[in-house]
Amino acid sequence: MADVDSFRTEIRAWLAANCPPTCQGKSNVLPDMVWGGRRQTWPHPDAKLWFDRLVEKGFTVPTWPKAYGGAGISPAENKVLQEEMARIGTRSMLFNFGIGMLAPALMEFASEDQKRLHLNRTARGEIRWCQGYSEPGAGSDLASLRTSAVRDGDDYVINGQKIWTSDANVSDWIFCLVRTDPEAPKHLGISFLLFDMESPGVSTSPIELISGSSPFCQTFFDNVRVPVTQRVHTENRGWDVAKALLNHERTMLADGGRGSAAGAARKSLLQVARQAMGASEGRLPDAAMREELVQWEMDRLCYEATLKRTMDAAKAGKGMGPEGSMFKLYLSEMNQRGADLRQRIAGHEALVWTGDDCPADERQITREWLYGKASTILGGTSEIQLNIISKRVLGLPGD
Amino acid sequence: MSLILTEEQVQLQDSANAFVADNWTVGELRKLRKDTGKGYPEALWQKAAELGWLAIPFAEEYGGLGLGFAELGVVLEELGRGLVVLPIVSSVVLGGGALRLGGTEDQKKAWLPKVCDGSALLTLASQETSRHDPYAVQTTATRQGNGYVLKGRKVLVPDGHAADAIVVVARTSGALGDRSGLTLFLVDPSAPDVKVHRNLLLDSRVAANVELNDVRVDASAVVGTVDQGADVLDQVLAEAAVALSADMLGGIQQTFEITLDYLKVREQFGAKIGSFQGLKHRAARWFCEKELSKSIVLQTLRALDEKAENALQLASVCKARVSDTARLSGKEGVQMHGGIGVTDEHDIGLFMKRGRVSEMLFGDAAFHRNRFAQMKGY
Repeated sequence: MADVDSFRTEIRAWLAANCPPTCQGKSNVLPDMVWGGRRQTWPHPDAKLWFDRLVEKGFTVPTWPKAYGGAGISPAENKVLQEEMARIGTRSMLFNFGIGMLAPALMEFASEDQKRLHLNRTARGEIRWCQGYSEPGAGSDLASLRTSAVRDGDDYVINGQKIWTSDANVSDWIFCLVRTDPEAPKHLGISFLLFDMESPGVSTSPIELISGSSPFCQTFFDNVRVPVTQRVHTENRGWDVAKALLNHERTMLADGGRGSAAGAARKSLLQVARQAMGASEGRLPDAAMREELVQWEMDRLCYEATLKRTMDAAKAGKGMGPEGSMFKLYLSEMNQRGADLRQRIAGHEALVWTGDDCPADERQITREWLYGKASTILGGTSEIQLNIISKRVLGLPGD
Repeated sequence: MSLILTEEQVQLQDSANAFVADNWTVGELRKLRKDTGKGYPEALWQKAAELGWLAIPFAEEYGGLGLGFAELGVVLEELGRGLVVLPIVSSVVLGGGALRLGGTEDQKKAWLPKVCDGSALLTLASQETSRHDPYAVQTTATRQGNGYVLKGRKVLVPDGHAADAIVVVARTSGALGDRSGLTLFLVDPSAPDVKVHRNLLLDSRVAANVELNDVRVDASAVVGTVDQGADVLDQVLAEAAVALSADMLGGIQQTFEITLDYLKVREQFGAKIGSFQGLKHRAARWFCEKELSKSIVLQTLRALDEKAENALQLASVCKARVSDTARLSGKEGVQMHGGIGVTDEHDIGLFMKRGRVSEMLFGDAAFHRNRFAQMKGY
């Protein structure tokens, strides 16, 4: 405890000396998230200054080893750091698929040179990563992917197409699954490559969803040359890396949803309901909808308790494992149901797509309902999550 | 508040688990159908008392261990796994709980040490209606001389036939359905004007209907404050709902494990039936519901111990969720076993029956959703 206390004192002093006053408090100049990379822009020079200081100290990824761009601090120390930053109303802003998904896989599978290069650049916010996994013919059956990589000297030559590549059009590098052995069983002919999205032959095209514009893209590869040194792990064993990364993705999806599920700034479902239907003798007049709302709120509380239980177990040194699939499954379905309920409660106003007499929060309700349909599909459909739970958690035989 | 067990709680869990393994099989429930006595194995009751389980939530000055619901929940969950029949919820949580929360010093001194060592069995008589409705009390307590006269009829009094004292909820003022005007009385069931009818429930547990035909009690029999009995009653019923949830959780987990094993061995169409998506996806969803139930039970037990501001709300979340999951477990457990699942010979039906009774005791899911809605302003 004494160590933690002295760490706290140290952090307070460092924050006092380094965090510009404009980057603190409610009306700070910080952007919500810093994705990093070539296209990063800064709303205020102080935000950039603060970010550079965080990078220098390793505080964009505090628990990573120093050699890879982190600060090498313990989870307990990181908790202190986050508390102290929250106390003065500032934050470490870097958010990136490279951090939550790619980095843990690199730590496990990459060579030392690759780790030093890519982890450091990711920690410094120099690369915005995107994920080249799904293909038009390889959705739930991801391992049937066909984008080919043919060896030519010290390079692979890549041809094919990816889909659902989030932010491909604004990303710097891609981590990408390619087929290096078309003759082998499907899981045993895949390799895991990292390459620059500005390589000749890479092009992207955004996808419009039922909810409107989206971060998703199609990505095309036309004779893209990638040095063999940019392959992570053994040739044809990329599926090992892919699986580990998917596990981290599920964890991220389960964890990342907490903020939006809690929705601090948003109206609660109860508030929307009160606004839309008023109250009769102190209660919502529509009994059926009241029951549905309560059911949802109870489910949310039970989900929160489960997340907490899992985190408490992790703190005690018991890992999460494949139960991560449960969180992705449950959270995406719960949020989808919440968005559906929100629109049904809001009623007529929430049917308006656009117009000059339509408040932004009502337009948002409609778009969230529609976007919610994607949440049970992306990152592995609910049905795939059920397969994973039954196989890896319950030990039921495959079909 | 951490939602994982402490080392001491893990030891308690191991000891409860061993207790069940050494002393009980689920098949005992079939024998209890023919029992006409207390309706629970008295030797086991004594052993449970010796292990200190009945003393868990009581203060040391009354012979208790000064522990809490987190510990009691661990024991109840393990007993629930084995479908053990012991009147712990009746005596420790309901009757003993009412005295712990509202009893006078004399009442506590007279009864709690006996509750703790198992030499006396207490329970609570609150319900009168078909569905759980704590304030729908028609039983009256009329002031007369230095005491009261109680008149009315109580239903589904857990272990009422075996009780040495019953805490009775009666109306001293107000109208049917009012929260105020209720008073709790400690009643001796062997008094001449008390008539106890023993009913065997569908899960081999016993509850009684209790007639109070102008029963005279002394003013010193009042538990808590006259007309303000609901303050104690609300808390006791919430604690009982959570305790019962822990028992149900044990049954849910055991049902799940038995069924999962069956899915891995039973073959049809030349394959293990657990390989069919029609069953394994349902098993996976059931697993999620089970895990969520476990989390909310752990959280609510601790909220009771910490006297959290939202403890009563959580108690309703907990009972609603676990009741729903118990119903799902009963249904899926039997359905996934197919034909053998509906025979009396197979244990799976016993788990469904226990879950069914617990689901409806102290408020089913619909009751607790409505109660939560009222507390939260829905």
